[in-house]
Amino acid sequence: MTETTQANNNRGRSIDIVNASLKRRYARERRFRYLGLSAVILGLLFVGTLFVDIISKGYSAFVQTHIVLDVYFDPEVIDPDGTADPAVIARADFRQIARQPLRELFPEVSGRRDKRALYKILSSGAPYQLLDMVQADPSLIGTRQTVELIADDDIDMLAKGHIDRTAPPADRRVNDKVIGWVDKLESQGLIRKNFNTAFFTNGDSREPELAGIGGAVAGSFYTLLVTLSLSFPIGVAAAIYLEEFAPKNRWTDIIEVNINNLAAVPSIVFGLLGLAMFINLFGLPRSAPLVGGLVLTLMTLPTIIIASRAALKSVPPSIREAALGVGASRMQTVFHHVLPLAMPGMLTGTIIGMAQALGETAPLLMIGMVAFIVDVPGGPLDPSTVLPVQVFLWADSPERAFVERTSAAIMVLLAFLVAMNAIAVIMRRRFERRW
Amino acid sequence: MDGLPSEEEQEMTTETATVDVDVTVPDPQTASHSKELDSNFQTVGEVRVANARMTCTDVNVYYGDKHAIKHCNLDIGENQVIAMIGPSGCGKSTFLRCLNRMNDTIDICRVTGEIKLDQQDIYDKRLDVVPLRAQVGMVFQKPNPFPKSIYDNIAYGPRIHGLASSRAELDEIVERSLSKAGLWNEVKDRLDQPGNGLSGGQQQRLCIARTIAVEPEVILMDEPCSALDPIATAKVEELIDELRQNYTIAIVTHSMQQAARVSQRTAYFHLGSLVEVGETTQVFTNPQHKLTEDYITGRFG
Ligand SMILES: Nc1ncnc2c1ncn2[C@@H]1O[C@H](COP(=O)(O)OP(=O)(O)OP(=O)(O)O)[C@@H](O)[C@H]1O
Ligand SMILES: [Mg+2]
Repeated sequence: MTETTQANNNRGRSIDIVNASLKRRYARERRFRYLGLSAVILGLLFVGTLFVDIISKGYSAFVQTHIVLDVYFDPEVIDPDGTADPAVIARADFRQIARQPLRELFPEVSGRRDKRALYKILSSGAPYQLLDMVQADPSLIGTRQTVELIADDDIDMLAKGHIDRTAPPADRRVNDKVIGWVDKLESQGLIRKNFNTAFFTNGDSREPELAGIGGAVAGSFYTLLVTLSLSFPIGVAAAIYLEEFAPKNRWTDIIEVNINNLAAVPSIVFGLLGLAMFINLFGLPRSAPLVGGLVLTLMTLPTIIIASRAALKSVPPSIREAALGVGASRMQTVFHHVLPLAMPGMLTGTIIGMAQALGETAPLLMIGMVAFIVDVPGGPLDPSTVLPVQVFLWADSPERAFVERTSAAIMVLLAFLVAMNAIAVIMRRRFERRW
Repeated sequence: MDGLPSEEEQEMTTETATVDVDVTVPDPQTASHSKELDSNFQTVGEVRVANARMTCTDVNVYYGDKHAIKHCNLDIGENQVIAMIGPSGCGKSTFLRCLNRMNDTIDICRVTGEIKLDQQDIYDKRLDVVPLRAQVGMVFQKPNPFPKSIYDNIAYGPRIHGLASSRAELDEIVERSLSKAGLWNEVKDRLDQPGNGLSGGQQQRLCIARTIAVEPEVILMDEPCSALDPIATAKVEELIDELRQNYTIAIVTHSMQQAARVSQRTAYFHLGSLVEVGETTQVFTNPQHKLTEDYITGRFG
C-alpha cells in the first residue's frame, strides 16, 4: 500500500499524465481517420472511373437505329402461286422486298456498286424481320406497311455520332455518298432510334446490330443454376459436418488446410480438371452449362465451406448448451438452433461465391464455353456461353459497334453482380437475429 | 490487500504443499484442521448418503493440462438439495457440468472416474446422453435463452420429447413452468416476443422455466439467482423447496444465506478439491476444515 502511494507521488497525479498524453493520442486517431478516409476515397474513385468509362461507352447500345420504310409485301415475290404454304413463304426472297422501298426513296441511285452500298444501309437481318412478320400474320401479303427495319451497324454508328464525318474518307467506314443518303433519310424523319430489345433477347452474331446477350444470359443462368444446386447443399453439409460433428484431430486439420488451399487454386486449374474429368472421362458434352456448372462448383465450394464454417463458429456455444441441456440430440441442436442463426452468414457466403462464379471466365474457356453460339440455349445440356466470356469475345471483335455492346454487356454483368450483392445484404438484414 | 494471499499465491502454496507431503504423508486428522488442502484429497465429512441418487467416485476433470477437479467423491441424495459453495474458479460449475455430461461439449475437457445415476455409469460409452440430459436438467450460470419467442423457449423441450399430445397441453406446460419460475405474470401478454428481449433476471427465470418444463428428475442449477432481486430470489428458493419433494437438486451459489436457506447438505470446494461436505446446519455452524471456516466467516480473500 505505502509503496504504491509513494510511486504515485513521484509520478505526479495520474490525471496530469493523462492530459499530457491526450494531444498525442488524438493526433494519432486523426491521422488514422484521414488515412482510412483517403483509402475509401481512392477506392470510390477507381470504381467511379470504371463505371463512368463503361457507362459512357455502353449506354448507346441500349438503343438501336431503325429505318422507317414503306414496305410493300409483294405477292409476286413472296408467294407467286398463292399457295399460302409456310414452306414457300420461308423460301421467298425477302431481300428484294426490303430493298424495294429504298429504290423508291432513292430513284437516282444507279450502278451496281452504288446500289449495293445503298442496300447495305439495312442490316442483313432486315429481310428476316419481314419474314417473321409475314409468318406471324400471312394476311400482310399484298399490303403496304410502314415498318421499322433494323439498320446496319455502320449506319447505327453514324447515326449515334460515333463516326467522325470530318475524317478523310479512306479512314471512315462509310463514304460521303452513304452519309448523304442517311442525312436525307434523317431529314425526312425516317431514322428512328428505338429501345434495343434484340440486344437482350438475341444470341451472338457476326453482325453487331443483330448480336445480343440473350444466349449468354441464359447460359450464365443455367451454369449458375447447376453451380448453386450443387455447391450450396454440398458446401453447407460439409461445413456442418466439419464444424459440428467431426472429431477435432489431425485428419480434420488436414482437411481444413486443404480446403483453404483449394480456395487459393487458380481457377484455370479447375478448368483443366473439368476438361480431363467431366468431358474426357465421363463423356459429358463440351460447351455445356452442365459442365461449366460442375467446374464452377469445384471452384466455389471452398468459398462456401469457409464462409459457412465461420458462420457456424460465430453462433455462441451457449445456444448449443441450452439445446443440449434440455435433451436435444446433436442433430436437433444443429438444425433447430444453430443453423437458423448461421443461415444469414451461409447465404452471404454462397451469394458471394455465386457472384464470383458469375464473373468467372478462365475455367470456362478450357471446357469450350467460348464457342461462337448463335442459338439461345434451352437447357443445361445445350452448347452455350456465359456473360463474361461473351464480353471477352466481343472485346476481341474489330467492329466499332461491338465496343459499345461490350460495355453494355459489362453493364448487364455488373447489374447482376450488384443485384446479387444487394440480395446478400438484404438476406443478412432479414435473417439477422440477436442473441 | 490486507495480507491475505491472492488466488494465484494460494494455488502456489497448495502446489508446494502437495510436493512436500508426497514425501511424508501427514496424519489426516491434523491435516484436516490445518489451513492447507489435504494431500490425498481426503474430504472432511460424510460424502456418502443412504438414499443416493447420484454417486461420484474419484472424479477428475482436466481442461487440457489444467486439473480442474481433483479426486472428488460425493453423493447427491434423493429428494434433497445439495449446495455447492466455494471461491470463484474453484470448479463448482465444472463439477456440476460433469453430472449431465455437459462437459462433452468442451473439446479439451477430459473426465475420469465414475459418476453413477441410479447405479448406471453415466460415462459409459454405450450410454445415450439424450435421455440422460432429459433426466438431469441444467440451469446454466449465464442465462442462455434461445433466440426464439418466450413460448417456444419453454415449449421446445416438451416438444422434442413429445411430452405434450396437444396444443392445449403444451400451453398448460408453458404456463405452469413460467408460473413456477415466477415469470408468468410478467410475460403472459407477450409470449410471442423473443426471449432474449427480456431483462437479465427475467432471462434467468426463463431458463429455469425451460429446464423444469421437461420435468427432469435431477436438476442442476448454476447460480440461478445471481441476477435476481430479493423478491424473485425468494420465489426461486420457494420453487426449489417445492421441487425438492419430488426431485433431486444440486445448486451452486455464492450466497451463504441462500445455501443455508435452501439446502440440506453443503459441499465446499477449494481449488478443485472437495474440502468439506456435511449437513448444511453443521457446515455453517461448526465447520470442520479451516478453509471452510475461513470461507463461510468471510475471511477468505
Ligand atoms: N472451458 C474451459 N477451458 C479451460 N479452463 C476452464 C474452462 N472452464 C473452466 N476452466 C477452469 O476451470 C476452473 C474451474 O472453473 P469453474 O467454471 O468450474 O469455476 P466456478 O467454481 O464455477 O467459478 P465461478 O464461481 O466463478 O463460476 C477455473 O480455474 C477455470 O479457469
Ligand atoms: Mg461457475
